[in-house]
Amino acid sequence: MTEAASNKTCIVIGASHAGVNFAFALRRNGWAGEILVYDSDPELPYHRPPLSKGYLSAQDNSQLDLLFPKENYESENITLNLGKKVIAIDKLLKTIELSGGSKQGYDTLVLASGARPIVPKIDGLQGAKNVFSLRTFGHTVGIQRALLASVNKRVVIIGGGYIGLETAASLKKAGANVVVLEREKRVLERVTAPEMSVFFKDLHHANGVDLLTSKNVISIENSSGVSTVICDDKTSYEADVIVVGVGIEVNTELAAQAGLELENGIKVSTSAKTNDAHIYAIGDCTFHYNQHYKRYIRLESVQNAVDQAKVAAAAICGNEVNYDVIPWFWSDQYDVKLQMVGLSQGYNNVIKRIELGNEKCQSVWYFRDDDLLAVDAVNNGKAYVLGTRFIKGKQILDKSKLKDVSIPIKPTSFLLD
Amino acid sequence: MTKITFITQDNESIIVEGNSGNVMELAVQNKIKGIEGNCGGVCSCATCHVHVQPEDWDRVGAPSTLESDMLEFDDHVSEYSRLCCQINVDDTIDGIVLKVAN
Repeated sequence: MTEAASNKTCIVIGASHAGVNFAFALRRNGWAGEILVYDSDPELPYHRPPLSKGYLSAQDNSQLDLLFPKENYESENITLNLGKKVIAIDKLLKTIELSGGSKQGYDTLVLASGARPIVPKIDGLQGAKNVFSLRTFGHTVGIQRALLASVNKRVVIIGGGYIGLETAASLKKAGANVVVLEREKRVLERVTAPEMSVFFKDLHHANGVDLLTSKNVISIENSSGVSTVICDDKTSYEADVIVVGVGIEVNTELAAQAGLELENGIKVSTSAKTNDAHIYAIGDCTFHYNQHYKRYIRLESVQNAVDQAKVAAAAICGNEVNYDVIPWFWSDQYDVKLQMVGLSQGYNNVIKRIELGNEKCQSVWYFRDDDLLAVDAVNNGKAYVLGTRFIKGKQILDKSKLKDVSIPIKPTSFLLD
Repeated sequence: MTKITFITQDNESIIVEGNSGNVMELAVQNKIKGIEGNCGGVCSCATCHVHVQPEDWDRVGAPSTLESDMLEFDDHVSEYSRLCCQINVDDTIDGIVLKVAN
């Protein structure tokens, strides 16, 4: 492999799950040249999912959950350039430019630029005190400090998606009074079936979180340090801390400026290559083809970040690769573990199981006609593991058996006779 | 310091030492092949599957319900399977040998 053996420079923009796992995978694949990783976040690269989960409710957060210890970057000769923002790519000269003006040449460039929280257009949001998104370690620290400094600890969370719900559960656990305002008629509307929305609404109510739906926030008024969050149905909620979790937008500015092909993200091939032969893209920022579901998709997930990183690393080192996976996700709220596999979009029927004698062990199976598309498993590792196997194997299941909770979840339980 | 020996699928034997955190983190720090810990150690991804030596089983202990549910139908499961993100590094497991399942 001439690519791997030669002394070339690979630049990675973005040092989170995708970028960092890529750097280590590139070394494992035999890349002998320099690996330079840039990120505007000054922290050593860390696990993001815990930020809205255990990290937010923990008392002692002096230690970040690092992706890899510092020594590993040194021993693998991976150069981290943290707190450094890349502002431009020149794909003809094959250089990047940093804020401040310095330039660095590359032979191969990998965009792992991720996404950023959407800031919704709400009157008064910009000027309001103690408003946070939740995507970085800095955000988590800000939320905790603001909460600590507040007497009443009233938190209003705008958005009832996974970030909003996890944040609600974590801050409740940390002693806050939490209200969640969701614009749609149910929480998690974009990602789950109504059955799951009901389950999570009940779960949050049981834990003392006010989870309110059909609440369209239109403005925030501020007086003497307290914000009032106002909805279009004229209801209002006082807040000492506001967390906004209404989705993300992909960081595509660099790619756009470099003239790379964009479509709901940076468009890449099944080997994670962009339309420039020397530039790859991985993780949340990519719009990529899923072979199982036979369509282009964009994912916000650790799984996609890590797996696409490995594919790009192998491809750059000259190995034959082909990104072909079933996406998976997880969410932890209170004592509930939700594991999701597959993509449910396009489903037209679902089967919900509540396991006998264990109300907290549930699963929702999403079908398009008879094709199993996805499974949401609540405290139910078996449904998750077997769901994964059935989806991968395109297994046709006997739905009457799947509906029958007297039949336990086993590899052969739901096969057609 | 707690000593743990990992045996990889390539039959490489690697002895590592630690005194805090969980076994998956220790494995990742020491670049043990076949241990990834993609979910960060919350028993969600099953990329840290190991087989405990039978004689060490009592010291390591049995998995929780969720963990055993994750393992039960895994292609590489044995009666001594654990997800090592769920094993804390402390004195009680000093000297154990773990075979990496993947």
